[in-house]
Amino acid sequence: MMSKMIFAIFSDEEVVLHQIPSLKSKGVRIKDVFSPFPIHGLDKALGLKRTRISICSFLYGMTGLSLAILMIWYMNISDWPMNIGGKPNYFFYKNVPAFVPVLFESTVLCAAHGMVITFYLRSKLLPGVTAFVPDARMTDDKIVMQVELKDENKEAEITALLINAGAEQVKEYGK
Amino acid sequence: MMYEAPIREPLILGDKTNHQITEDVCRPIEGKANKYWWWAFGISVAMLLWWVLCVSITVGKGIGVWGLNNVVDWGWDITNFVWWVGIGHAGTLISAILLLFRQKWRLSINRAAEAMTIFAVICAASFLLTHTGRPWLDYILFPLPNQFGSLWVNFNSPLIWDTFAVSTYFSVSLVFWYTGLIPDFAVVRDRAKTKGYKRFYSLLSFGWVGSAKNWQRFEEVSLVLAGMSTPLVLSVHTIVSMDFATSIIPGWHTTIFPPYFVAGAIFSGFAMVQTLLIITRKVLGLEEYITTYHIDMMNRIILITGSIVGVAYITEFFIAWYSGVEYESYAFINRATGPYWWAYWSMMTCNVVTPQLFWFKKIRTSIMATFIISIFVNIGMWFERFVIIVTSLHRSYVPSEWGMYHPSWVEVGIFIGSLGLFFTCFLLFVRFFPVIAMSELKTITKVSGTKIRKEYKDMDEAHAHADAAHH
Repeated sequence: MMSKMIFAIFSDEEVVLHQIPSLKSKGVRIKDVFSPFPIHGLDKALGLKRTRISICSFLYGMTGLSLAILMIWYMNISDWPMNIGGKPNYFFYKNVPAFVPVLFESTVLCAAHGMVITFYLRSKLLPGVTAFVPDARMTDDKIVMQVELKDENKEAEITALLINAGAEQVKEYGK
Repeated sequence: MMYEAPIREPLILGDKTNHQITEDVCRPIEGKANKYWWWAFGISVAMLLWWVLCVSITVGKGIGVWGLNNVVDWGWDITNFVWWVGIGHAGTLISAILLLFRQKWRLSINRAAEAMTIFAVICAASFLLTHTGRPWLDYILFPLPNQFGSLWVNFNSPLIWDTFAVSTYFSVSLVFWYTGLIPDFAVVRDRAKTKGYKRFYSLLSFGWVGSAKNWQRFEEVSLVLAGMSTPLVLSVHTIVSMDFATSIIPGWHTTIFPPYFVAGAIFSGFAMVQTLLIITRKVLGLEEYITTYHIDMMNRIILITGSIVGVAYITEFFIAWYSGVEYESYAFINRATGPYWWAYWSMMTCNVVTPQLFWFKKIRTSIMATFIISIFVNIGMWFERFVIIVTSLHRSYVPSEWGMYHPSWVEVGIFIGSLGLFFTCFLLFVRFFPVIAMSELKTITKVSGTKIRKEYKDMDEAHAHADAAHH
């Protein structure tokens, strides 16, 4: 059975940042925090792992570079070497200065697009996805903390903790 | 939290809260367009239709309808291409290089500048595609096998470098811009009053909710994209300059071209950002966000890059003489004194002399002066490309190859029409997209609003008094 969720609404990001450790220590199960702007340090406070998306980007970039080398070598050196303006065209390493711009652009192309596509897929951001919006103000100026209640009897106690921590309002989804 | 010295000017005027930022930025999207917008839109669409007509004539009849000839075989087409690509540079520079350098003043202007980049590159690409004369065969530019056999594109050619550079630049700028827009689309979505609007912005916002993990990834993606876009900005115009520099035509075959083109591109790009933003802030009432401080900072960049461009012009001239190559020397003397002297001196006046006025703070912070100078720079940079291309071609090594070039009405029409294409896109952008990156701007309300600045100042003064009393 899914446990109950309640949402605490805050106005100040510093309050949220400072209160997270004490709330956690008092047994409040913070599932997520939604904010209208990035809050630096929030990921650490919540215990989120560092994102590895930049490593992905590097790997995509290397793939792009390798594919470009393979493509250029096959097309211009192996399959159809052309003598244009007397430029060396039988060995890749001799011709490589002329290929640098294309190699660079292909690397960036694959690294950037690969990373962005990974970001969209991992974050489940796609056209047509319905947004989970517990409070419409969370994209405007409020910070919404999603709290999981394992034991529904403790709702009043946890609500009081959240209010004490500076929450303006504590509510259930859709209410 | 971040702390900024109180001696810095606030980046947002007035005592703005996050909610007010949302209100102010969303107002143009949610309200009705005023008559100025409709007038501007009407004129732009008329120019766009003119562009469609002139491009259709070119595609139907071939580039014989242009004023090009055997001597001057690149004219307004490549002039406009380089001009538009250059204009595109400021957007990515503002969002990428200034992001890496942690320049917070980029925040109110980056969105509009990035949009400008996208539309300018679209205009540039249209010239690239039509100047081939047979645009239906433009797919040959991409590394595909020739339909008659196994002939491949030649990667030694700067023209294939261009294909890669421009398409990479365009597509990466596009995803950079769009990814940054997603949180702001979510704001508009959550405020939407009608079903149609809600559906439209839901589709655009990709289901963004701003969870901690989303923001963590978002920031990493922005930073890495900025890191990759920075060399990309520099590479695109470097490669465009190599289209010229790898040839052996006097006036083109110079090693100074890559840095000189990049500086020129940033110069013209910032001028166009100024032209657009000065109008936008007035029409949309965003004077408190795009302040004279922003305009001042951009003017400083215009001053620096304008000076670099000026030095490059003089260096070119000097090296042409110092090299002892008479063809090279002639090319430059001919630029200044030959039949196209008026283009050369227009370029010199607009690009070298005018931006030097920005040394004066009064001019640098004057909206009217900035607007006028920015238009001068736009004109000057167009002339720069014209001078490089046409004056180098019209006098070749052998006097029997000498000739002149006069653009036809179709060429002029395509250029004016491309401005229509650009402004139509930009006007639609300001009407339907958040012009200021709200989510990013909200990160600095606590440190850079007028009120907080005053508090910092009072605090610092109190500390100073306490210190003085102590000693």
